[in-house]
Amino acid sequence: MSVGAPKIPVVVAEVVAVNDLIKRFRFVRRDGGAMPVFSGGAHVVVEMDDHGTRRMNPYSLMSHPADSAGFEISVRRDEAGRGGSLYMHNHVRVGMEMVLSQPVNLFPLDARAKKHLLIAGGIGITPFVAQMAQLQAMGGRFELHYSVRSPALGAYVDRLRDHYGPRVHVYHDEFGEKIDLATLLKSQPLGTHVYVCGPKGMIAWVHATARAMGWPDRAVHSEEFLAPPVGQAFEVQLAASGKSITVQPNQSLLEAIEAAGIEAPYLCRGGACGQCETDVLRCDGIIEHNDHWLTDDQKASNTKIMPCVSRFRGAALILDR
Amino acid sequence: MSLDFNDETFRGDFTYRNSAKAIKRFPFPFPEDSYMYSVNMEPHVPGAVGSVFEHMFDVDEHYVSEMRDRAQVLADDPLRCQSLPHMELAGWDLLELIMVSKARDYPHWFELHRDGNQWHWINRPLQIDQKFTFMDASTLPYGPMEYITRQTQGDFTLQDQRDDDLWIEAGMVTTQADWSLDFDIGMSFKQWHAPVPLAHQMQIFDRALKFLLKLQHGAPVRRFNWTMTVDPLLDTSPENYPKWGPDKTTMTAETVGRRQHLRVELQTLHRLPRSNAIAFPIRCYLISFQDLVTVPKWARRLHRVVRDIPDELATYKGFIRNKPLMLDYLAPFDDGAATSPGFGVE
Amino acid sequence: MTKTEFEPAIPSRPSYGVLSPGIGSAHLFVADGEGADAVCDLLSAADGLKAASHIIYVPGANGCDKSTALQALGVAQFHRSPSFAAALPRLTKVLADAHMGLQIYTAGTEGLMAQVAAAAQAAGLPYEAVQMEHRGSLARRVQCVHCKGVTENVTLDPFQCSHCGLSLFVRDHFSRRLAAFQGVCIDAEDPGQIPASVERFK
Repeated sequence: MSVGAPKIPVVVAEVVAVNDLIKRFRFVRRDGGAMPVFSGGAHVVVEMDDHGTRRMNPYSLMSHPADSAGFEISVRRDEAGRGGSLYMHNHVRVGMEMVLSQPVNLFPLDARAKKHLLIAGGIGITPFVAQMAQLQAMGGRFELHYSVRSPALGAYVDRLRDHYGPRVHVYHDEFGEKIDLATLLKSQPLGTHVYVCGPKGMIAWVHATARAMGWPDRAVHSEEFLAPPVGQAFEVQLAASGKSITVQPNQSLLEAIEAAGIEAPYLCRGGACGQCETDVLRCDGIIEHNDHWLTDDQKASNTKIMPCVSRFRGAALILDR
Repeated sequence: MSLDFNDETFRGDFTYRNSAKAIKRFPFPFPEDSYMYSVNMEPHVPGAVGSVFEHMFDVDEHYVSEMRDRAQVLADDPLRCQSLPHMELAGWDLLELIMVSKARDYPHWFELHRDGNQWHWINRPLQIDQKFTFMDASTLPYGPMEYITRQTQGDFTLQDQRDDDLWIEAGMVTTQADWSLDFDIGMSFKQWHAPVPLAHQMQIFDRALKFLLKLQHGAPVRRFNWTMTVDPLLDTSPENYPKWGPDKTTMTAETVGRRQHLRVELQTLHRLPRSNAIAFPIRCYLISFQDLVTVPKWARRLHRVVRDIPDELATYKGFIRNKPLMLDYLAPFDDGAATSPGFGVE
Repeated sequence: MTKTEFEPAIPSRPSYGVLSPGIGSAHLFVADGEGADAVCDLLSAADGLKAASHIIYVPGANGCDKSTALQALGVAQFHRSPSFAAALPRLTKVLADAHMGLQIYTAGTEGLMAQVAAAAQAAGLPYEAVQMEHRGSLARRVQCVHCKGVTENVTLDPFQCSHCGLSLFVRDHFSRRLAAFQGVCIDAEDPGQIPASVERFK
């Protein structure tokens, strides 16, 4: 059984510096054909050939979901990361050919909600840009609360205010402005769903506050893609393929498996979707489970690993791949 | 009715017939001589020319008569088509998928002209010429799902995806193997399948659900299911069970070949782009035993499948009562010879 | 006072627990018959909830009426309703006016609890957000798949549909949307051959 959908060969049509940290990229199909339409909250995986190293990073789509002329993403420059965002910022130019995955949505709106309360921090605004466009078109009721560092780093604030007027609320850290979450959550009509996308701390804050105020867990939604962390190099034996590989410090296990020419399933490459889940046949050491997918029990038992973000320290790791 | 389509009935005098061409392309569902549940999904990619897999949505000689039967079922019981309010977007996704596919695959029968959201749909077999505004339900005579599924063979359900589950929240169900949309609408994947024996213990539904949650747009999959039906009755609904139930008891050794039908469902699953929902077309094909046994491999194999099936499954599929009659009819066609693996005729 | 033991679960049927105090801004209780005991158990041990609690109570079909005990709890709002149907407009209004943070508890018969959960879901709350505790009768609420009429308090199997009169067997398949089990004609294939009814759901 395979879930593979054909990848989308694209050319970069536009690169815009949104502010000092964020660039926006627009992709159109190389053959001039139509892109698939998508649902707000979907992401694509962008494949990069970073001077011989293959990188595949997920980015939320922020163009209008019904716009089949092209896809847009925004990328925040991460100086400390493994280099995907730096590659996008420093090397990707208009006219370059790249490859995208089909859109996949791990952060969908709950279509039954009486109201959608959207809470964004920084670059976490991107899925909401697409979701608001979709909600607007369908007459959905929503409100955005968007926290940014400063007016200069408030990506898309003007555009969102123009489109959605008083439904957009912006908070500037620089001026000491903070979302009054308790008041906000207290006054929502029954049937409201809250969505949060932003830094880890913000996501945890929204979940904890909502739970403490009696919101059901299923009315609270979040998306956080993890960048695969860097670490020590380690050896892995792949039993099904009969190969031994070395995972380099700034390479993920999934990338190392792919670099060895072995097909492995994936969708999000950020520890969220579960698609790359792999059975561990032997583990003499410690698996650094960095994913959001496996349960705590599964993590403790060391019988499964998510190769997109997790690493290993120890004597021997054998996987059923 | 044109030469392409039969003028036939699925009730009353039951004039439904398969032509020689239809028998040859019948989707025989057993790849081996026995049957047990499996997830058995494969990519729904175009198959051989002339086969039921050639196109995304197969349109065959029964099309026009099937649509006439569906209209009658809906007139008698409008609850066979329902869509919970949040599923309209998925209905538009389905309408687009079907119109685009049919206009591409059968340009002599169907045409779709699009200028932005102004769409023009021509369905020649059903003599429909409709101009409408995409995403504006007030410009169609029915909601989008009902509109397009009144023009497409097979039952349809639409599943919303949330909370790591699939929720059956819209459907057009008039050719079903004895399940009620009105009762099941709103259920999760496992709730919906609750009455199926054995499969839960086999974790069939856990595995299928896990797979389907990851289904991607542009990569549909398909599988077979099957049951048995006395007379070519499309609407074997629980709603009408008191009407069709008695007919199951009047089959005789003389009539079994003509009246007993193998009922095959070609099920496909498609991720829908705008709604992130999953469309689940369930296309029903019927073949009488007397037509089926014209293919020696099918006759041998069906005899072995029916003979060896666990009683629990034969009961669930509703043919335990007629199993002896069926075996008596099929046994003479099974000389014990080996059959080749796979679906092919030999 | 029964805390009901259930046979192995049918995958479509909800499972029931024991009510426990939730954290929230307001607390809505809907109970019938012996379900009152579950509400009393919870509120007696959680005095602080009473000022923000609203109880809607329907005496049981079996005559069990514990209104007095519930009223004695001293909650902010108490309403005794002769039937769930009569209580529904009030329940719908309360849900329409409510804010997120409302905690919903229901106790008593399966049919009542399912109708409360369906009303909460229609108001936009996830099904799982409604706490349920089964108390009292195991009588079932059954929808006739043929005429669509619902028969309340079914104890016999097969039983006669109170709307169309067909003899129905009770299938172990439960719709949360309809808050009912499914009833299917038992003599469809052999009209008139109806087995004797047995009391299956006490």
